[in-house]
Amino acid sequence: MILQIIDICYLIAVVLFIVGIKMMSHPDSARKGNSIALSGMILAILASFLTPGLDNLVLILIAMALGTIGGIYSAKTVQMTAMPQLVSFFNGMGGAAAALIGLVEYGDLPVDDIGKGAVLMSSLVIGSVSFSGSLVAMGKLQGVLKDIRINKMLGFAVLGIAIALAAYILASAAPQPTLIYVLVVLSLIYGLMFVYPIGGADMPVVISLLNSLTGVTAATTGLLYDNKVMLMGGILVGSAGILLTLLMAKAMNRSVSNILFTSFGGGSGAAAAGQ
Amino acid sequence: MEAIIEYISTNQQELYIFILAIFVGVEVISKVPTVLHTPLMSGSNALSGVVIVGSIIVLGKTDPANYLALSLGFLAVLLATLNVVGGFAVTNRMLEMFKKKPGKK
Repeated sequence: MILQIIDICYLIAVVLFIVGIKMMSHPDSARKGNSIALSGMILAILASFLTPGLDNLVLILIAMALGTIGGIYSAKTVQMTAMPQLVSFFNGMGGAAAALIGLVEYGDLPVDDIGKGAVLMSSLVIGSVSFSGSLVAMGKLQGVLKDIRINKMLGFAVLGIAIALAAYILASAAPQPTLIYVLVVLSLIYGLMFVYPIGGADMPVVISLLNSLTGVTAATTGLLYDNKVMLMGGILVGSAGILLTLLMAKAMNRSVSNILFTSFGGGSGAAAAGQ
Repeated sequence: MEAIIEYISTNQQELYIFILAIFVGVEVISKVPTVLHTPLMSGSNALSGVVIVGSIIVLGKTDPANYLALSLGFLAVLLATLNVVGGFAVTNRMLEMFKKKPGKK
């Protein structure tokens, strides 16, 4: 019975997500859309507490209380001009959470389950890239980090090594507790190398892309647990994020490939001109 | 190769959701005006915090004696909550700004 209730709650939550995003794309209903999406999220969180055999409830509640306080405090006190940085920071936290889930789950997953293993690896890699990339984007918008030229090929090489390592871990069909951390480190480095050479003025577009990546990690985590609300919500954000990235680049009269794959786009000064 | 085909056939339902959700995501925001780009990015960022569901489950399933997994899971719940709560709060503040200055472009 409980399982059915959870499923129904997740279903309603997904509908609320879709309606929320839909309303958020019209100026008149945008605020209402945000509240609707929020109510869907609250419903999904409450439903996940019903999961049978849930332990460590005190720890979960402490972590959620700390996160809530931190989130509300930083959102209320941030300067209007610093909002894109904060969005980037929050996005990085989501990616990190997905990567951490992957790390914890790796210990429990049977090594011969290649399908789930591959899903786990992708959530680990994409989550880590999104985390370090978002933090660099935040630093650039804040003006803390300077533009550095990094050869794109070097970045792709790191990504290639990471993918090869993930494939090796999968194929070895034995627990690789050390290599999994190496994989995370490589992914973090790729995130840095991916965002570092992009000019500060183009950061909003990059943040949108990283946001879409975080959505994809939420979806892959959903695949890992056969959890429909995470799958649907994550893919929704992933595809909406990609389209939004294209639209934002178009609004700036730039093409996405131009932003991502040529070294310097613009100065880091005009960064906050995100909207 | 066999493993991939087997994975596809046992997870058909998920794959259908996957593909349909891609189209839904594109469809719902296809007409967004330029002024709403940043709030929408922030709002969808808050939604990607749905990973919090997974982090609650992972921490809830962890053996209380496994301190490493416990602390990683704790961190995951904390960060995901930051993403969700902060994301929605900051989006709300951005949209508040729009309300006060309706003529703002």
